[in-house]
Amino acid sequence: MKDFVLLFRQPSLDYSKIPAKEMQGIVKKWEDWVGGIGAQGKLKQNGMRLAAEGKVLKAGGVITDGPFVEIREILGSFLVVRADSLEEATTLAHGCPALDTGGSVEIRPVFG
Amino acid sequence: MISSIFGLQHIEIAEDIVSETFLKATETWGIKGVPENPAAWLYTVAKRKTLYHFRRNKIFEKKIVPELTSRQPKNYEIPELNFSRQNIRDSQLQMLFAVCTPAIASEAQIGLALRILCGFGIDEIAEAFLSNKETINKRLFRAKEKLRAEKVRMEFPPENEIVIRLDNVLHIIYLLFSEGYFSNTQNQILRRDLCLEAMRLGLMLTEYERTNQPKTNALMALMCFHASRFDARQTNEGSLVLYEQQNKALWDQELINRGLHFLGLSTQGSEISSYHLEARIAYWHCTQEDSREKWENILQLYNQLLRINYSPGVALNRTFALYKANGREEALAEAEKLKLDNNHFYFVLLGELYKDLDNRKAKFNLEKAYDLAKTQTEKQAIQSKIEELQ
Repeated sequence: MKDFVLLFRQPSLDYSKIPAKEMQGIVKKWEDWVGGIGAQGKLKQNGMRLAAEGKVLKAGGVITDGPFVEIREILGSFLVVRADSLEEATTLAHGCPALDTGGSVEIRPVFG
Repeated sequence: MISSIFGLQHIEIAEDIVSETFLKATETWGIKGVPENPAAWLYTVAKRKTLYHFRRNKIFEKKIVPELTSRQPKNYEIPELNFSRQNIRDSQLQMLFAVCTPAIASEAQIGLALRILCGFGIDEIAEAFLSNKETINKRLFRAKEKLRAEKVRMEFPPENEIVIRLDNVLHIIYLLFSEGYFSNTQNQILRRDLCLEAMRLGLMLTEYERTNQPKTNALMALMCFHASRFDARQTNEGSLVLYEQQNKALWDQELINRGLHFLGLSTQGSEISSYHLEARIAYWHCTQEDSREKWENILQLYNQLLRINYSPGVALNRTFALYKANGREEALAEAEKLKLDNNHFYFVLLGELYKDLDNRKAKFNLEKAYDLAKTQTEKQAIQSKIEELQ
């Protein structure tokens, strides 16, 4: 078994504008999906959820507000899973709720 | 208590004195009847036997040992034997910490706790572990040797270690309770005793400030909620009644209320241990109506539990909750991914999920479960499920 990081990118959404009821549904989808990976015993680490705001520092000391000004998708969170191969890790990524909102999942093996 | 005087080096002496005391009790009480205050009677006899042992030993030490060796002259003072409630409780807590040391295997820790703290006989421990006397004796012997070799002392761990050591103590109590609650042994009285002893040890921890942590209360809540279903879980013939078929009127409301009390105390602080999550799952199982809300909550708690504590059992329970909350189709897809091919509960679950949808597949899975099941009780339960299909 090797470790893989799943990186979730989603179109920038202002979650503060989403009604509580709908937000509950979104949280449930994520929880159920991660729970499914956990049930297979393949969840290595919870990862982290990243807040939407941020800054980007570029060469020459240029600072911009957040990555989403220029890129269509922002990095929202990540998860560390265990799988035998890159193919298996990719299978685990299926069903990720980020895909429902036009986002993507990037699957990257971890050196170790 | 007696061990704290002798030190763990001589744990057998304490065990012997206790056994002799109980033997004396059965002999005497059988003839003269049970005394007015049985506990005080036992302590008095134990005290007398301890002092006697010291005196005998002193003669041995004084007259014989110096002849054999001149090194380390031992200065035996007969200690004041204090059998006050406070002292007994402190000694038991110290013993609990001493026994629950990661230096010995967890099975041996449970065994020692049962033998020394709960006064179980080797026969009973062997039965609880579905093992034989010889194996248990060997296991306990090795564990005691290890305690000696590691120079484990009967004392509270230092302040900065207590939280880490407490985790281990709680885990052993949890295993002790589970051993009783889920054990395969047919002896219902023994099973209940194991659970009650686990609860007694847990309660002891809540009565002492430093060990009365939120997670200690969470574990107590968990045990109370489970224990509330003792009577509903078994028939008069001693066989197990599945949750779905239990007579809910037999649930012990008093214990459920106690569980709620401990659950409330467990929410202080920010840590969410697996006991917190399991206690809340057990709480939802104590609520009578089957509702979407109930199963949705149970599912989310299992999702969280899997993040900190994977086990095949949790994975299977989570999938069952998924079936109740999100429907059969989704649960089936998830269940097929689990691949717990050596686990008969896995095939029972698949059988349940395929039932009415595809009875041929349901039967196929239940038959697999039947072949894998280890006990006759389980085989019978699976057989009746197969018959229900036809």
